Amino acid sequence: MSPVTTIIAKELRSYFVSPIVYVVSAVFLLIFGILAYLAVVNAGNQAIRMMQLQGTMAQLNLNDLVIRPTFYSMAVVLLLVLPILTMRLFAEERKLRTFELLMTLPVGVNEILAAKFISVCLIFLGLLVLTGIVPLILAAFSSFDWRPVLTGYLGLALLGALFLATGVLTSALTENQIVAAFASFGLLIMVWLLGALGAILGDTPTGNVIAYLSFVEHYDRLVRGLVDTKDLVYYAGSIILMLVLAHQVVDSQRWK
Amino acid sequence: MIEVRNITKRYGEHIAIEALTFTVEKGEVLAFLGPNGAGKTTTMRILTCFMPATEGTARVAGFDCFEQPLEVKKRIGYLPEIPPVYQELTVMEHLTFVGRLKGMSGAALKTGIERVVERLSLGDVRGRLIGNLSRGYRQRVGLAQALLNDPPVLILDEPTVGLDPKQIIEIRELIKSLAGSHSVILSTHILPEATAVCQRVVIINAGRIVAVDTPEQLSARLRRSEKISVTVQAPPADLAERLRALPGVLSAFDAGGRGGFTIECELGRDLRDDIARFVVSNGWGLLELKTISMTLEDVFLRLTQHEEGVEAPVSQ
Repeated sequence: MSPVTTIIAKELRSYFVSPIVYVVSAVFLLIFGILAYLAVVNAGNQAIRMMQLQGTMAQLNLNDLVIRPTFYSMAVVLLLVLPILTMRLFAEERKLRTFELLMTLPVGVNEILAAKFISVCLIFLGLLVLTGIVPLILAAFSSFDWRPVLTGYLGLALLGALFLATGVLTSALTENQIVAAFASFGLLIMVWLLGALGAILGDTPTGNVIAYLSFVEHYDRLVRGLVDTKDLVYYAGSIILMLVLAHQVVDSQRWK
Repeated sequence: MIEVRNITKRYGEHIAIEALTFTVEKGEVLAFLGPNGAGKTTTMRILTCFMPATEGTARVAGFDCFEQPLEVKKRIGYLPEIPPVYQELTVMEHLTFVGRLKGMSGAALKTGIERVVERLSLGDVRGRLIGNLSRGYRQRVGLAQALLNDPPVLILDEPTVGLDPKQIIEIRELIKSLAGSHSVILSTHILPEATAVCQRVVIINAGRIVAVDTPEQLSARLRRSEKISVTVQAPPADLAERLRALPGVLSAFDAGGRGGFTIECELGRDLRDDIARFVVSNGWGLLELKTISMTLEDVFLRLTQHEEGVEAPVSQ
């Protein structure tokens, strides 16, 4: 096994030994289920209302009524849940002094960082796969356009990866896991709010730049089924930026 | 094998170590002795490439710790002060993890693990979670992981802390058995440990080296006089004065009553025979007679507590 796969295996093992993954998965899947259920009930109510008003069987667009709102809510849930997954990655190592072991073994910072990021991404992807049951059930009873569902998942995966990369960075900054998680929340919410600020400034050059920096509009397009290179570039770039910063932080710890 | 030249480490204004220079030959066991905060751990962290020195160079097995850290790390087994073990892994899982990261695999990894498990008597706990193990076992897992790929250089930060007396003896034997084939640096403030396992001792205090020598040489160098302890059954009231009158005796004084006296004589003169004769011929009853050698502990205290301790007088 290469150093990266060795560390990934160890990280996964550590995750599944601790209760964190189970609690996070349970909460995440439960909330996802409730949100999807509420969206479906809401769609049903609207259908009944339309039937009463118009007297005909309304043509419901499930993509608009169920899938898209669920994806939007999920972004908020991810923001709250993912920092809990990443907080231990470096903070725990430093607290328990195993960081010194890792840094004195013949392994590069790049490999350590890549392995830790990949391991937490794998857990997150596992969770996303489990949520697939909701569109599958929905498909059994109705018909809708699958394309926005798939691009929506792509959006969730990219958004989640960005949140995770941010979490890796904040975990590298401190040896306190709570601080790591909270810093990650704070940072992500601030970036989120850039989207609102951009909207206030409107279609001005500053407004556009600020809106571009936030992940909101990039996620929005993917959820609506639009795959645009500039959105993919945004995610790839911001994930790499976070990981490069994390690399600098981990590396610079040696200098203190 | 290890070559340290003028390394200095500063944390802002604070100087942790200043201009340390020493070498460790192949097969040599060197002890770092010093009070807490003297800079032992900092020096070890620089040698293991955990942190770079502010100034100076450190080389291990011919590789620069700053320029080629991976090459250095491959050749070092390091046991930090607090054994770095993953509590959620079992002993075997932990050793496998470390072994793989050290580049071992397959049969070599398996036999390597068996070897250290055997040497550190970890057989009974190989399947237990490290989090459930006692301090002594964790320390031994830490040592096992340092020895795992049989690296030519071992850096052990207080290797016997947390072990019981029997284990301490076992670990010292283990370290002694490494001498000759491995270069070992260990830090300790248990002084007999340094005497027991090391060929050379580096005493550091407040970030500076105050002495480097063999344990025996160090105590000899610092001895200003020979000291003899004598216990007499029925001492006359003026025994101390009468002892002082003997040729070669510098001073003699009552050491806490019960007929015990401490006699200081000129360096290089053994007066035991004269004193024995003197006491016996007077019929006072000789119970005990022995030389008091300066322990490394005395040397250590003098070097680290007095400025240029070598010249400080022996106080009683």
